[in-house]
Amino acid sequence: MNGGQDLGGMMGFGPIAPEADEPVFHAEWEKRALAVTVAAGACGLWTIDGGRFARESLPPAQYLGKSYYDIWITALAKLVVQHGLASEAELQAGRALTPAREVRRTIRGDEVAAVLARGFPYARPATAPARFAVGDAVLTRVMNPQTHTRLPRYARGKRGIVEAVRGFHVFPDTAAHGLGETPQWLYAVRFTGAELWGEDADPSLSVSIEAFEPYLVAAA
Amino acid sequence: MSGDHDHDHDHSEMSEVAARVRALETVLTEKGYIDPAAVDAVVETYETKIGPRNGARVVARAWSDAAYRERLRADATAAIAELGYSGRGGEHMVAVENAPGRHNLVVCTLCSCYPWPVLGLPPVWYKSPPYRSRAVLDPRGVLREFGLELPADTQIRVWDSTAETRFIVIPERPEGTDGWSEDRLAELVTRDSMIGVALARAPAGATP
Repeated sequence: MNGGQDLGGMMGFGPIAPEADEPVFHAEWEKRALAVTVAAGACGLWTIDGGRFARESLPPAQYLGKSYYDIWITALAKLVVQHGLASEAELQAGRALTPAREVRRTIRGDEVAAVLARGFPYARPATAPARFAVGDAVLTRVMNPQTHTRLPRYARGKRGIVEAVRGFHVFPDTAAHGLGETPQWLYAVRFTGAELWGEDADPSLSVSIEAFEPYLVAAA
Repeated sequence: MSGDHDHDHDHSEMSEVAARVRALETVLTEKGYIDPAAVDAVVETYETKIGPRNGARVVARAWSDAAYRERLRADATAAIAELGYSGRGGEHMVAVENAPGRHNLVVCTLCSCYPWPVLGLPPVWYKSPPYRSRAVLDPRGVLREFGLELPADTQIRVWDSTAETRFIVIPERPEGTDGWSEDRLAELVTRDSMIGVALARAPAGATP
């Protein structure tokens, strides 16, 4: 969706202001926000893409106004209610008021190291040949779904070159919405600066996105 | 999302967001969905065990060992796992190499995708709108803010992390480091040089 998260090419946010010797976390609650999000995700009720959609569908003024872990915890509260883990009333009260629902699994403290080290690979066995090869010219589709997509606005309707074929990966556009993994071929597609930003663009610039096959059509 | 932090309120009076986090954690714990020990273990992992020193080892090995560099090119996930780094946020790694006349820069314009097993959790600026908005449009302006001015004819290659593929930049090996051990080389490899907003450090006393 065209939410507050889709930032590529926007202006006016001011300087980057990197912090010297930045700590990993800036407050205790940030640690808990990250870790509770990871642990709750392990219940298996939503995908990483579902989590991203919960964040990016916050109203843009909220998304842009919050610190990053506040975005996470606000989105997690939304997911928790949507998936029936807890009610708004419970989150307001700060304690459980109703019995728990069943979940697929929970992660125990002694499992964390192994689960994090294994990760959650997104490649799947290919069920179709890749439509594009390295060096092919492609056009990205113009599309504006209300739902989750990983094709940023700045790279829609642009001509690029396939630079790498990454493999056959879980498709975020469906996985975000409980519509299955529907894996697709994934490519690195490179664009010139001028294609993305016009003739005034830095001539030394090229940008690539990681593009799923349904985002692409063959270019003449 | 201006990078404001809650320094003031976290200890004395609980900030509004800290209260929301606590309420959520309490409810999820009471209902048995999350194990407090698991929450603690996740915090400990990313606070103390996983960070950019991992990535620095990868870069130092790539600088020292041509066969390793080839393996990193062919399958970065496997080559990085050789050093013991793998998992969440780095399931599908790609190493992109700087070279004379070619500089790589990594961003995630849509969220905050970052190679956790080799760099740890991203800094605030990486997740924030100023960097995410401009890295793809005006990377030279971005690099200037980090104090890096590249020659006008250097090609700049920006990688927008729009899928689960995660990138680590292999910076150029600094001059004057012939014969250095991997441990010593790793000291020159900063987090920022593996994102692409800096070069590797020059050895002390060398002119960059």
